[in-house]
Amino acid sequence: MKIKTLSAIAAMLVSTPFVAVADEADKDANLVVNGEVELVTRAPAPAHLEGAVDEVISGWLFRTSETQSLQMDDFDNPGMIFVDQAMDDWGTAVGSEGKSCADCHGAVEDSMEGVRAVYPKWNETAGEVRTVAQMINECRTDRMGADALGYTSAAMARMEALISMQSRGMPVNVAIDGPAQETWEWGKELYYTRTGQLQMSCANCHEDNYGNNIRADHLSQGQINGFPVYRLKNAKLTTPHGRFKGCVRDTRAETYGTGSDAFVALELYVASRGNGLSVEGVSVRN
Amino acid sequence: MRLTKITTVAAVLTAGAAVAEIVAPGDVVFDEYGAIEKSLTGVAGDPANGEKIMVTKSKGNCIACHEVTALDYAPFHGEVGPILDGVGSRWNEAELRGIIAFAKMTYEGSMMPNFYQVEGFIRPGDGFTGKAGTEPLPPLLAAQEIEDVVAYLLTLEDE
Ligand code: HEC
Ligand code: HEC
Ligand code: HEC
Repeated sequence: MKIKTLSAIAAMLVSTPFVAVADEADKDANLVVNGEVELVTRAPAPAHLEGAVDEVISGWLFRTSETQSLQMDDFDNPGMIFVDQAMDDWGTAVGSEGKSCADCHGAVEDSMEGVRAVYPKWNETAGEVRTVAQMINECRTDRMGADALGYTSAAMARMEALISMQSRGMPVNVAIDGPAQETWEWGKELYYTRTGQLQMSCANCHEDNYGNNIRADHLSQGQINGFPVYRLKNAKLTTPHGRFKGCVRDTRAETYGTGSDAFVALELYVASRGNGLSVEGVSVRN
Repeated sequence: MRLTKITTVAAVLTAGAAVAEIVAPGDVVFDEYGAIEKSLTGVAGDPANGEKIMVTKSKGNCIACHEVTALDYAPFHGEVGPILDGVGSRWNEAELRGIIAFAKMTYEGSMMPNFYQVEGFIRPGDGFTGKAGTEPLPPLLAAQEIEDVVAYLLTLEDE
């Protein structure tokens, strides 16, 4: 209570226009891709966020209009090259079994439709929550006789991008109850844990301060509905765990491993904070 | 010969005395509101150096979260904390020392880092490497750097 009040006062004190704003965001823009696919970038917060935030907002709305426009046309979106590459991967046989993804799954447009929107998801056979990346690697190692891809490697990121595109425009809808609940609770705990010498949690930046600048960065809600994202900063696709790692490191903490149980739990929780937002396929961020 | 010896002894004693003046992070004494009465070094702060620390990313990086009109020349002031204009009129030296060294003693649960804390962290890292660090970590700011920042903040008075 006391903290809330102080922060509210601090927030009132800070809204002044005199400082050069590094990153002018267009918060009222609508995201329509190729003039036809309408994406939901603001949605009422899911019930589990009651008391935390009222509205969930895509990171797209926090970016400059130039960055925003790159995502509005697939010809301008630099991430689409990687989707094309992954389409080639999809049909290419690899591993000792001589099989391609297509051999079992057929057309990606049919078999992977809606998959991204509900992951991370409880996997009955494995008896644990699995990410899309883990499923891809399970198919490679257990069904194709191929090596696992590096969890945040370029080859993994682009396959995630291809699969994510098959859910573009669908609402994120990950399950947080039933067998997934325990993992979700752990992810929530991690989200609010203040790590490192700077003693900051995800919530400090992405719940308490979204909309504020921290140095030159305009803070968003840290949503993952847009992942994988093409980042202009390094001209590559970034996966959720790649981003989490950078954010934890920036608290001067020892990060968790990409693909670790902790980051899988965190991914499920962060995904659930975006339930209701559209899957963006491949988004563009700075 | 003899004289030299005495001088050496004296020099050692002085150095020893200066070191003894530094209050270690674990020995800092607070009042009930989180203020720190005693200087961390016994050496007066240098406001010019304090100003430099405030705008330097690898040092205080204070403007990452605070706007300060007097520091307008430095790029990218953040909006996470309050504007620091006039802060030298709002707080006295002991209070400012408390806020910079251990902000969470004055503001429970604050997002402002404790610049003089060296242990008791969750997953302490080795700087920004993402690798594990070993406690006690070096503080974010050294004792004299904190004194310098406090000296600078005291110059930020209401007109
Ligand atoms: C030998 C057949 C086979 C091949 C080849 C194969 N998969 Fe699979 N895949 C499966 C089976 C079976 C499942 C269901 C596993 C389960 O639910 O536990 C599955 C599940 C998946 C899922 C989760 C889908 C869902 O609806 O939850 C993804 C994603 C996936 N595979 C991606 C791939 C990719 C990418 C490739 C190529 C690198 C690939 N698979 C190759 C058989 C295969
Ligand atoms: C010190 C502040 C800070 C903390 C703490 C922090 N982040 Fe971030 N994060 C940022 C900044 C700055 C960006 C880039 C701008 C933005 O989108 O907010 C960012 C971006 C992100 C993004 C990309 C959003 C998008 O739409 O592209 C995600 C996801 C994210 N953070 C998740 C997390 C998670 C999970 C945690 C906790 C483990 C965390 N962050 C902790 C500062 C922080
Ligand atoms: C990560 C953000 C952050 C950083 C970095 C930061 N502060 Fe703060 N600071 C805050 C917040 C937030 C408050 C408001 C107290 C609260 O409610 O938690 C605050 C409060 C203060 C206050 C009291 C302000 C007033 O008007 O009463 C002073 C003085 C201050 N900070 C100085 C500094 C100095 C000097 C540095 C650098 C050595 C610094 N801060 C670095 C976030 C930060």
